Amino acid sequence: MRAAIPALIAFVFLAAMPLLAEFWGGSYVTGLVMRAMILAIAALSLDLLIGTCGLVSFGHAAFLGIGAYTTGIAITEGTTDLATILGITIAISVLFALVTGAISLRTHGVTFIMITLAFGQMLFFTFSALSAYGGDDGLTLWEGAHAYGAFEFEHGLFYIILGMLITIWFLLGCLREARFGRVLLAAKENSTRMETLGYGVFGYRLTAYVIAGVIAALAGVLIANEAEFVSPALSAWQRSGDLIIIVVLGGMGRRSGPVLGALAFVGLEESLSSLTHDWRLIFGPLLIFIVLFAKGGLASLFERRQA
Amino acid sequence: MSAVLATHGLCKSFGALTVTDDVSLDLRAGECHALIGPNGAGKTTFVNQLSGLLTPDAGRIEFLGQDITTDSPAERANAGLARTFQITSIIPSMTLFENVALAAQARCGSSYRFFRPAHKDRQINALAEKALEQIALTSRNDIPAGTLSHGEKRALELAMAIAQKPKALLLDEPMAGIGSDESGQLTDTLLMLKRDYPLLLIEHDMDAVFKVADRVSVLVYGRIIASGTPTEIRANREARAAYLGDET
Repeated sequence: MRAAIPALIAFVFLAAMPLLAEFWGGSYVTGLVMRAMILAIAALSLDLLIGTCGLVSFGHAAFLGIGAYTTGIAITEGTTDLATILGITIAISVLFALVTGAISLRTHGVTFIMITLAFGQMLFFTFSALSAYGGDDGLTLWEGAHAYGAFEFEHGLFYIILGMLITIWFLLGCLREARFGRVLLAAKENSTRMETLGYGVFGYRLTAYVIAGVIAALAGVLIANEAEFVSPALSAWQRSGDLIIIVVLGGMGRRSGPVLGALAFVGLEESLSSLTHDWRLIFGPLLIFIVLFAKGGLASLFERRQA
Repeated sequence: MSAVLATHGLCKSFGALTVTDDVSLDLRAGECHALIGPNGAGKTTFVNQLSGLLTPDAGRIEFLGQDITTDSPAERANAGLARTFQITSIIPSMTLFENVALAAQARCGSSYRFFRPAHKDRQINALAEKALEQIALTSRNDIPAGTLSHGEKRALELAMAIAQKPKALLLDEPMAGIGSDESGQLTDTLLMLKRDYPLLLIEHDMDAVFKVADRVSVLVYGRIIASGTPTEIRANREARAAYLGDET
């Protein structure tokens, strides 16, 4: 329960954000916060693989791309109903996760990292080649998705994103404590023992991989709606790297980790890039510093203070 | 008496090295069958084939009348064939209780359950508690299993195996690395286990073997050279030469 407190505080703060932005920053700040929340959703799903399963996927942004391009293509073709878009996104991401998961989960360690990277890049080049939908340049959406008027409210999208973040955060927290999560956590340490206890570890991991993929794809749908622009860069390996950085920065396998990590990542990116164009030159050493001195990421700093 | 577990002409080679050479062996209901043999005789390789971690090159394995030769380790475990490991195999960062609960969970219906916290699951906890009581490991439930003493880890392995509600137990050197005072206690535990489960016992501790086992088979270079009651094996010239040492 204690581990959830930093995230809960963050949610309260996020909920007040549109109000605070009236006084400072305006829609620029709410846009920034929306992006951070969407990244948090994607990072939560990646942490299901890294923190709970011990599987470092270097191609997780592929699912962001699936969600974003499904939205982009659907809207370009005249299908703007959000429920339909979500349905198609879920179907495609489940399929993609099943196929790529079934192959990559037969490998371990570095091989797994390389295979997921390869699948991610395959998708990146596929999106780049979609010349009917913008190709390399990406695709501008002239119209957003329709969700029975919910997006038309002031800050409607903002609160939909926040609602999804809290729901997914809560559900993944349950999953980790439930029978399913317990099997994954144990298999991370000793999968042979789990096999001989009667657990088909592959099936559990594949299920987790599909769940993580679907959640990241949903984050992709949100990105497309927030930015009203879709580009292949969303699924590039750099994006997958960013997600890993967020998970590590926030704290792998920690309840509040991905949420804190995403907020810190976007915050640092924003403040450092306003100082200098080469902001990663400062961000890199800072990340090393945090990893060295707070092994469990930002979330562990809070936990220690409370203990 | 009928065989619970039986192998027929089991063979396994690693390259040119034959580690299991035409082994036919059975385990009957209610008995303890001990498999002894010098280091490198292929005892653990044999158990690994029984539990499915290795696939035999030839031969069949039958468990409760079913051919399980090609079944996965998980399928065999779910059919009721539980094992322990010579080199302790547990989940070190989880608590002692959680380790046993994991074994119990596999017997309490599907683990594809995503919402209810597992540690509040009464069915699982009751089964785990029962197993811990049987092994007399009721203290220090909530400390990480990795910090237990060696003897406690060995006992934990047994508790996990029992929590699986097995129909037969494969014990791969349960006494490995145990001091002489603790081994007496473990021998008593084995005698107690024998009442409830058919045991295939692989062991170096001859005192324990002769105390617990009803039948003994001697494995040398992957081949069974003698099989019989403990008294017969003690008197068997070949077995003594190969393993027990002539001076006994």
